[in-house]
Amino acid sequence: MTIDAILGSVELGLIYSILALGVFLSFRTLNTPDLTVDGSIVTGMAASAMVCSAGGNPCLALLAAFLVGCLAGSVTALLNTKLGIQPLLAGILVMLGSYSVNLRIMGGKSNIAIIKADTVYKSFQEAVPTEYSSLILGLIILIAVTAAFYYFLRTRLGFALRATGDNEDMVRASGINSNAMRLIGLALSNGMVGFAGGLLAQYQSVADAGMGVGMVVIGLASVIIGEAVFGTRSLLRRLIAVSLGAILYRIVIAFAFNLGMPSTDLKLVSAVIVTIALSTGMMGEKFSLPALIRKGGGKNA
Amino acid sequence: MLKIEGIRKIFGKGTINEKLAIDDLNLTAEAGDFITIIGSNGAGKSTLMNCISGVYGVDAGKILLDGKDITRQAEYKRSKYIGRVFQDPLKGTAFDMTIEENLAIASGKGKSLGLQLGLTRKEREFFRERLALLDMGLENRMKQKSKLLSGGQRQALTLFMAVISGPKLLLLDEHTAALDPGAAKKVLALTDEFSKSSGLCTLMITHNMKAALGHGNRTILMNDGQIVMDLFGEERKNMTVDRLVAQFEIENDRMLL
Repeated sequence: MTIDAILGSVELGLIYSILALGVFLSFRTLNTPDLTVDGSIVTGMAASAMVCSAGGNPCLALLAAFLVGCLAGSVTALLNTKLGIQPLLAGILVMLGSYSVNLRIMGGKSNIAIIKADTVYKSFQEAVPTEYSSLILGLIILIAVTAAFYYFLRTRLGFALRATGDNEDMVRASGINSNAMRLIGLALSNGMVGFAGGLLAQYQSVADAGMGVGMVVIGLASVIIGEAVFGTRSLLRRLIAVSLGAILYRIVIAFAFNLGMPSTDLKLVSAVIVTIALSTGMMGEKFSLPALIRKGGGKNA
Repeated sequence: MLKIEGIRKIFGKGTINEKLAIDDLNLTAEAGDFITIIGSNGAGKSTLMNCISGVYGVDAGKILLDGKDITRQAEYKRSKYIGRVFQDPLKGTAFDMTIEENLAIASGKGKSLGLQLGLTRKEREFFRERLALLDMGLENRMKQKSKLLSGGQRQALTLFMAVISGPKLLLLDEHTAALDPGAAKKVLALTDEFSKSSGLCTLMITHNMKAALGHGNRTILMNDGQIVMDLFGEERKNMTVDRLVAQFEIENDRMLL
């Protein structure tokens, strides 16, 4: 495998790390299986691509991607808390509905190329003209996101959010509105996912309506791989582990391609990885299948 | 302080499983009161607590706390004045968070949730000092996750968390039922101590008749969603466990007949 191929995987992995952190927030911190991700990542891509192709500031495009992601997550949270729809189903509904919204954002086209438009990667390449510029930029962004996320989880609001995933009874008994915490948590989680989508669109210079399929599974695979390989001892270590997991995942996939795996098999391989991890209890007992079914039909509605 | 006026709670209203859990119940408690509540299973003790804390809405009647009508207030809002300890030790803490983080959440009750750090050095010192008073060595384990604690330690911690923010009302729902006798004794002793905090009114459900008479200043017996006996003052002082059990059985038999 060429150095270029590995470099490309790491660059892509740095973007997927942010997706993985978003998935970590919903699956791990909030203890809620959220499938909105498959939709919100494309919403982020679409918003980012549209702002860029209209000649807008690429940083502004990333902000827009973050905000539309937040919006998608908020809808899921509201369907869950206000209408009493199970979190899993609420996510599926938003994922489905967002497909049409994404196409509308992209002006009815399923594919937007932004080859000529300004992107953060191109701007950074001009400022730092090395072949590693995409890598450096990706790393800077990931470190900034991880640091901000880590700080957030240690604030009073972050404490309340983490406790909501652990024990909702305790949270309400502590005078905290657990529904508001679900809303903020899912909004932020999908905001990060949307941001990752926005970055991905600028990196690849294309946004595609079909790219969201299986993103939640990729995010989950990254979380599982990262935690299993790099450990979970402290909160910061866990966040770094999740980021590294996403990069490792991309590298493993690149190797598999290199060994002759057809790229069309990618989704099957991702699904198998997550299946193995879930069935062997690598995600902890909470996420073994029986526990998920109990939870889905239970008090979270 | 706490004034409950004619509350009624019906489960499964309009179905064949309709059950009148609380039937036109009145109760007035003053600051400083420590009331123990006894009664058979299904008497409505836990339902009463859940109505006071807002887990369930009531079908009729009023609940006033310090003159303020909280009958329709959301559970999380009234939690600002109400500390609670559940029977299940797992229900009181966030298991994947450290002891000090749990304490920070509990002591921040009523304060706004912002982006300030969840735990400052000053708070940490304060928690360490106060935890030492529990005499369980928890002050040296503040960075450990609460899932590592034993049931007794966890219940002591939950009790401590329930009172740390200075609530007006402390609701204890069989909070020692799941503990071994030694741990139960320890938690009950702490309960006695905390109940003396100024202005606090404590309600404690128990199935232990000895504990019901040995703690607090008033005992009420519930049956079929009503208060059927209210013991305080001289009458309570002269009551023995045997006579209380006898009374309990009379009420039970009456229900069965």
